[in-house]
Amino acid sequence: MTNYGIGQSVSRFEDPRLLRGKGCFVDDVNQLGQAHALMVRSPHSNARIRNINLEQALKAPGVLAIYTGEDVARDGLGTMKVNLPRKRPDGSPMFTRQHQGLSKSFVRYVGDPVALVIAENLLQAKDAAELIDIDYEPLPSVTDTAQAALPGAPAVWEECPDNISHVFEAGNAKATEEAFSKATHIVKRRYVISRVYAHYMQPRGVLAKYDEGDERYTIWADVQYPHRVRNALAENIFKIPEHRIRVIANDVGGGFGTKGWQYPEHRLMPWAARKLGRPVKWTCDRSEAILADEHARDNISEAEIALDAEGRILGLRVKTLANVGAYISSDRNLLSTFVNVHTLSGVYDIAAAHVHVTVLMSNTNSTAPYRGAGRPESIYVMERLLDDAARELNMDRVRIREINLIKPTAMPYLNPFGAKYDCGDFVRGMEIALKSAHYASFEERRKEALGRGKLRGIGIANAIERAASPNQHEFAEIRFNPSGSATVLMGTKAQGQGHETLYKQIVNERLGIDPGQVKFIDGDTDLVAFGMGTNGSRSTVVGGTALWKAADRIIEKGKKIAAHMLEASVDDIQFNKGVFEVVGTDKKVTLKDVAKTAFLAVKLPAGFEGGFYETATFVPAADTWPNGCHVCEVEIDAQTGEVKVVEYLVVDDVGTMINPAGVKGQIHGGVAQGLGQALMEQVVYERESGQLLTGSFMDYAMPRANDLPHIRVENNAVPTLLNPMGAKGAGEAGTVGAIPAIMNAVIDALAPAGVKSIDMPATSEKIWQALRQAKEKTTLSS
Amino acid sequence: MTTQTIQLKVNGNTVVTQIDPRTLLVQLIRDHLKLTGTHVGCDTAQCGCCTVHLNGLAVKSCSILALQANGQEVTTIEGLTQGDELHPVQNAFRECHGLQCGYCTPGMVMTTIQLLKHFPKPTDEQIREGLEGNICRCTGYENIVKSVKAAAGI
Amino acid sequence: MYALTYHQPATLPDALKSVEGDAKFLAGGQSLIQAMKLRMTSSSSLVDISKLSELKGISVTDSAVTVGAMTRHAEVALSVQIQQAIPALAKLAHGIGDPMVRNMGTLGGSLAYADPAACYPSALLALAGTVQTNERTISADNFFVNLYETCLKPGELIQSVSFQRPLQAAYIKFKHPASRLAMVGVFVARYKDGVRVGVTGCKTYAFRATQIEQLLGQKFSPDAIEGIELPWSDMLSDIHAGAQYRSALISILAARAVEQCLSS
Repeated sequence: MTNYGIGQSVSRFEDPRLLRGKGCFVDDVNQLGQAHALMVRSPHSNARIRNINLEQALKAPGVLAIYTGEDVARDGLGTMKVNLPRKRPDGSPMFTRQHQGLSKSFVRYVGDPVALVIAENLLQAKDAAELIDIDYEPLPSVTDTAQAALPGAPAVWEECPDNISHVFEAGNAKATEEAFSKATHIVKRRYVISRVYAHYMQPRGVLAKYDEGDERYTIWADVQYPHRVRNALAENIFKIPEHRIRVIANDVGGGFGTKGWQYPEHRLMPWAARKLGRPVKWTCDRSEAILADEHARDNISEAEIALDAEGRILGLRVKTLANVGAYISSDRNLLSTFVNVHTLSGVYDIAAAHVHVTVLMSNTNSTAPYRGAGRPESIYVMERLLDDAARELNMDRVRIREINLIKPTAMPYLNPFGAKYDCGDFVRGMEIALKSAHYASFEERRKEALGRGKLRGIGIANAIERAASPNQHEFAEIRFNPSGSATVLMGTKAQGQGHETLYKQIVNERLGIDPGQVKFIDGDTDLVAFGMGTNGSRSTVVGGTALWKAADRIIEKGKKIAAHMLEASVDDIQFNKGVFEVVGTDKKVTLKDVAKTAFLAVKLPAGFEGGFYETATFVPAADTWPNGCHVCEVEIDAQTGEVKVVEYLVVDDVGTMINPAGVKGQIHGGVAQGLGQALMEQVVYERESGQLLTGSFMDYAMPRANDLPHIRVENNAVPTLLNPMGAKGAGEAGTVGAIPAIMNAVIDALAPAGVKSIDMPATSEKIWQALRQAKEKTTLSS
Repeated sequence: MTTQTIQLKVNGNTVVTQIDPRTLLVQLIRDHLKLTGTHVGCDTAQCGCCTVHLNGLAVKSCSILALQANGQEVTTIEGLTQGDELHPVQNAFRECHGLQCGYCTPGMVMTTIQLLKHFPKPTDEQIREGLEGNICRCTGYENIVKSVKAAAGI
Repeated sequence: MYALTYHQPATLPDALKSVEGDAKFLAGGQSLIQAMKLRMTSSSSLVDISKLSELKGISVTDSAVTVGAMTRHAEVALSVQIQQAIPALAKLAHGIGDPMVRNMGTLGGSLAYADPAACYPSALLALAGTVQTNERTISADNFFVNLYETCLKPGELIQSVSFQRPLQAAYIKFKHPASRLAMVGVFVARYKDGVRVGVTGCKTYAFRATQIEQLLGQKFSPDAIEGIELPWSDMLSDIHAGAQYRSALISILAARAVEQCLSS
């Protein structure tokens, strides 16, 4: 039998189905009699709605209904809630406004939904939508982060004229102040992290129906958190018992954090389906997706480090403006602004640090966690500061890192924000990376490239992130049936990470079951008892450990049944590779036999409870800390400014890898999303009007195959003791290191030409401009 | 709305039906024929998720009216093999972990088949250029390139 | 898209008769179907000309290459005749879009649609092209008149396009990172009596960079145009490339095209 256990790069069990085109994505699902929905969205970034005239639209052929915010309010649909107890700078309560589902009196961003058209087919819905006459009174708007913070900037909400929702601090301001007072050097910079959008290949969709007899809503949607969607709709929106809702997420075509649990469409479609008495289907065009979905990142940090004469960092101070959009519907919209600031100090031994985050509103889409969810932003600040400090102090970029890296002997390490790194060898990771990347000979490559008209640069980033947080349970169930095969039900939700395979590998490792004898189910709230979904690089660690524990319980119960079958004492039974045997004898019985017996009352001891299904709900004791060293080389065309990434290496520590090929795939994908943000992606609004300029793939640049280099991934695993597998989260690691590594490489390439800094995305035009300006400066000064 | 008759071969089967002339080939495939392996990923004909073969040539089914394929032969991902067998390109993707969420995958496979017809032993550059019309958000293309090379036997 | 009727005539006379009102000819559809899907343009009738034999074929003489309007980009790219007669033209076709676009898109369709970032318009200008329609012969310099607008009359159909064979030629394209069309594309063609330079991607329609043509006509060398920056006040600008940057790219790409000519 093939070895499927932990550590094997097993070919994925989900692949044949997906390769054959037999996947089940939400648009593939249809219900008899379904009608089609179209969302009508605001073309203005800020406006009062004076009137919505539906007269002509309602007469259009095929139209079944058109709903507006008035209907939503009349039917008493609720909103999400913000629970965080934050304050504004003056101590008053934080300011937030929740999205109403369909906006009624005002629209606050381009794409803000104002009406829902339902027709027999999509074309008819589109034709009808064109006949809706909405009288908007445009208002001044602000989309730019820096501008939103300026006094006198247009107010997103009249009641909050300074656009500040709240502030957040972490670390020790006093200790940091002291550290800075003792500094020999202070290096201070301003770093901008752009606004991007996930652009998964599958745009979102929702199909909903209401069963009058059952009094239940069934909702098919590509969500990463099916139980959280159910809970949100039950508790916040419809205010009904949770058992009256079923959410089904089958195959999800990418999520990256953004396919969240509070989108208006998740409430509007089931609501409309009930009103109409017909199933309602909504699918999102690509051009609608960027208007409809949550965006990501978007902050400006003023960051500084205090250094002593040797280049040791004494303190770190960061002030950040975070642009979270117009609506703050729940804590989800704020997560990226605070959950991962604790890794601002990275893998460096810094005694004192302080971060202050001002959370700003603007006339843009809400933001939400997207691959990294604040981790890339934190590591970006630290790694840029190190390179900038190295240049300013005329130090080698490796040297300044070497002196400041946390030594392996310092583990477990409490960082200045109170985060405790349990294990990791950052020194070894960087050593391996620099050797494998032939760092020592880089200057030769730089010289050679210059002869070809290319500016070559190298960038390093040491990434670390909190993963698999102890704030959320996860659920696993192993359910045998009377014929002895098993179903594994997980509360996580795959969007391409290969969960089916890795969970089957865990089950194979613990129970010796052939993957062909196991059915995997996730995503259906009727079938899976509970789950928090997949995000934050948690599924292997938290889901996998829950599964491990459920397997332990199966073994425990199985031993009792086996003991009875083998007429031995439970203490003499051992379990190994799917077989229960009496120690020291050849008396044995298989797990399958035991499972079958479990359902035969006559074969069990009197008073023994039969059945063979066990669950486990697990929450880790602490975060895990995946980390890695990224080394990147770029070549820039000295005339056109075009950047090409020519080398990319990650030496990663994600602890034990269940499926190494799968882990590497996650890292490749993460690197690509980092590259995209560093070099080409951005959500751009026109400054005056607030109009979205990156409305489709014609303007939002997506990395293609020829934008990516060959990505090498090597291993520096330090298994953690925090879970039985020794695994750390891996899903976001690639992105966390790629953004800083690539930007550092670009700036290193341009530094000899006198360019001091570039903000992402490092487009060819930006670089061409920077080179020209640097040349003019040199010409002027000479 | 007046419909028009279309007759064509899809995966070897003759299809005759009445359609709204605006029907795109991808809509015929997905909505009329319920072959949902071909996906729609964008509305500017850039993502390649909708790639099928028209008379053996890779085309984007979202940018073709179904009627343009009248009298011709269309092959979708479902038509590559019968039963449990995988086409050598599908097999290569499976062995090299060339897919994650699977949404872009049918398009990638259809494009790869065409790529290998033109370049039986392609260089990395030819592969990456040849895939410019297929966007993937999950894999970083690393294992897709590996899969294409494996399918080419290099 | 809006409602329409679809026709697929078997003969040229039938095709010309079918076109009335706002009817449009449909070649490969790679531009037109896209625009119609997004409701940016509409037509109540589409006349599919892909079956017309009069629009197919490639022929080569000592002085020119003539290509049928329905010839797909992939066919031009793979044509041994064109590869030998005007290799830069075959290479240009090979670089259009992606393999799927090249299997459907056509020369005639591309020219008639006149996308300001399409590649073929620059070749038409640089290779002193002539467009043969059912009514007349149009020279390249008169063909493009405005954004997405040519001098073709409603119902006028391109049948074939002729390109003059140059002594040397090269096409260099700098791709727009999002659309992957030409942000700037420069086609340089050297003839006995001078140099022609066709530029796409920079203005509302492709144009000849006459200043660069003159300088290269005097000295066909990259340094002859070093530092030249064409006036850019009427050049296109978007978030990926402003007008001044495009102007700078024209000179850079023209010089690289000249280098390519000289090294081949």
